[in-house]
Amino acid sequence: MAQDSTIDAASILTKVNDYTWDIPITYKSGMRVPGRVFVSRKLLEGLEHETLEQISNVATLPGIQKYAMAMPDAHSGYGFPIGGVAAFDRDAGIISPGGVGYDINCGVRIIKTNLTVDEVRSGMKELIELLFHEIPSGVGSKSKLRASDSELTDAFLHGAKWAVDSGYGVKEDLEHCEENGYMKIADPSKIGEKARKRGKPQFGTLGSGNHFLEVQYVDEVFDPEVAKVFGLEKGQVTIMIHCGSRGAGHQICDDYLKILDKATRKYGIDLPDRQLACAPAESPEGQNYYKAMAAGANYAWANRQVITYWVREAFSRFFKSDVDDLGMELIYDVAHNVAKLEEHTIDGAKKMVYVHRKGATRAFPPGHSDVPSVFRNVGQPVLIPGSMGTPSFVLHGTEKAMELTFGSACHGSGRVSSRAAAKKEFHGETIQKELAARGISVRATHPSIIAEEAPGVYKPSEDVVDVVHQLGIARKVVRLMPLGVAKG
Amino acid sequence: MAAKISEGKYEYLYHIADAKFKAYGSTLEEAFENAAIAMFNVMINTSGLPASEPRDIKIRSPDIKMLLVEWLSELLYLFEVDGIIFSEFKIDLIEKTGDGFSLKGKASGEPVDPVRHNFDTQVKAVTFHDLQVEQDKNRRFWVQVVVDT
Repeated sequence: MAQDSTIDAASILTKVNDYTWDIPITYKSGMRVPGRVFVSRKLLEGLEHETLEQISNVATLPGIQKYAMAMPDAHSGYGFPIGGVAAFDRDAGIISPGGVGYDINCGVRIIKTNLTVDEVRSGMKELIELLFHEIPSGVGSKSKLRASDSELTDAFLHGAKWAVDSGYGVKEDLEHCEENGYMKIADPSKIGEKARKRGKPQFGTLGSGNHFLEVQYVDEVFDPEVAKVFGLEKGQVTIMIHCGSRGAGHQICDDYLKILDKATRKYGIDLPDRQLACAPAESPEGQNYYKAMAAGANYAWANRQVITYWVREAFSRFFKSDVDDLGMELIYDVAHNVAKLEEHTIDGAKKMVYVHRKGATRAFPPGHSDVPSVFRNVGQPVLIPGSMGTPSFVLHGTEKAMELTFGSACHGSGRVSSRAAAKKEFHGETIQKELAARGISVRATHPSIIAEEAPGVYKPSEDVVDVVHQLGIARKVVRLMPLGVAKG
Repeated sequence: MAAKISEGKYEYLYHIADAKFKAYGSTLEEAFENAAIAMFNVMINTSGLPASEPRDIKIRSPDIKMLLVEWLSELLYLFEVDGIIFSEFKIDLIEKTGDGFSLKGKASGEPVDPVRHNFDTQVKAVTFHDLQVEQDKNRRFWVQVVVDT
């Protein structure tokens, strides 16, 4: 099994500054804009050739603005690279399911507590066992939620708001979600029966793969003022939930790839890769996808909200204390696989664009109307999960991201090694023991899941976050160290 | 994943985040069947699993590559919704129709039991990326698929 050789990036890329490298517009015929990769010299060495090919393919799509971009955690996906950001003109541009991915609104939320690491560490093994049992995860797991058809429709329509209205949270949770927990453009009638059938039994499940639920603590504060606004301080315990729209989202993407594959021919769009299937953003096909995608995104927000409720209940039971007394407020919830119609300033003029973030996090600056009022002075919380056993980060959005990346930052650490290779190289039980020795309890359905997601298969999260921080597209606020991880 | 090359039926290729495989057959039907075995073995070792639950499958697609994607996607859908781990596949016929291609076949497997079945990662979807349906100079068929995991 030969590894896709990494390339002498210098032969393709032009250095703009220490953290910005361009793929010239002449690299591939049909490119409408240059490609732009935000990486350090160190991360550049690990970039696959395929990733650069995919970025340059995205650069050929109609209506693309400024650059086809890739964040420092970029790696090859299918169609668009993972870690890709691309904005398309509302009127002259396209919308593409490939620019969002199969797991629509895969995302992250962080819940704070007023517990300290010392109060939690000794009972961590039992706590993570409880969370593993309370929140269904893994392939084929069944939800405890028995949503009716009308409830499912309502979740597609109103996302986290449906969950809160149904008793799975408090209204403050919604103010602390991107889009207040649901995209209003969603239209469940644009979703097929298959997506509903896949989504229904999986509603209220974490899923598998890189999805997880983690108990963490703040081990370093980089910006005490902003940390205070976010309600975070050193030693404080937090909970991170990373999951998405499950089979519902996968099927929506699947269904619309086929529809847009036809539309691509209908509208005479020339594509270098069929996975980039797209339609003019404002065409009926494009809008139907957008409305279905939004419904998928809402399902994911509802899913994370329901899981949050079970996490709060489990903590309350474990610590024999009321949820309110434990201070379990939602800090923020961000999507990292989504397309959104947003206003951005391009060449000095305000413009409406469909920003596609596939493995990239929205990072809006202070003063932006989409940032919750409580955070308005410091910018949106930008949540970057680490891989299993490596630190996660909370950053805050900046004006620089609006200038450079359509208000976007990285989404995680990015894989450097395949799952198959990981299983050869790592032994799940050994990794579990090593992590336990470092004070991290891991509970998974079985050991090979741990091997596939071993810390060594990802780029170090610090390296990725440091690029974002140095560029100034989001600035570090706190670092979160894992205490316990539950995964499918 | 099972063996790298399983009796010449299929082999896994390198992909950093997802799973990529090639499947072979002396007929197109056989290559499609082997692609299905390869896909399920990304999730779980299916060798030795009983194939007591059958499902009939009929698909029509505008082109042969799309037919492959839709065949595998349908199996994935039935795996999730009906909860069956398919291990045996029999495609009766792939034929050219007036407006594309059609497939008629059967998949059989065993109902999922989370206690007994140890899954690796889940296949989320079948992508169009690097998708190939080809015939080599010896008239042997091969297909290539990347699945999202």
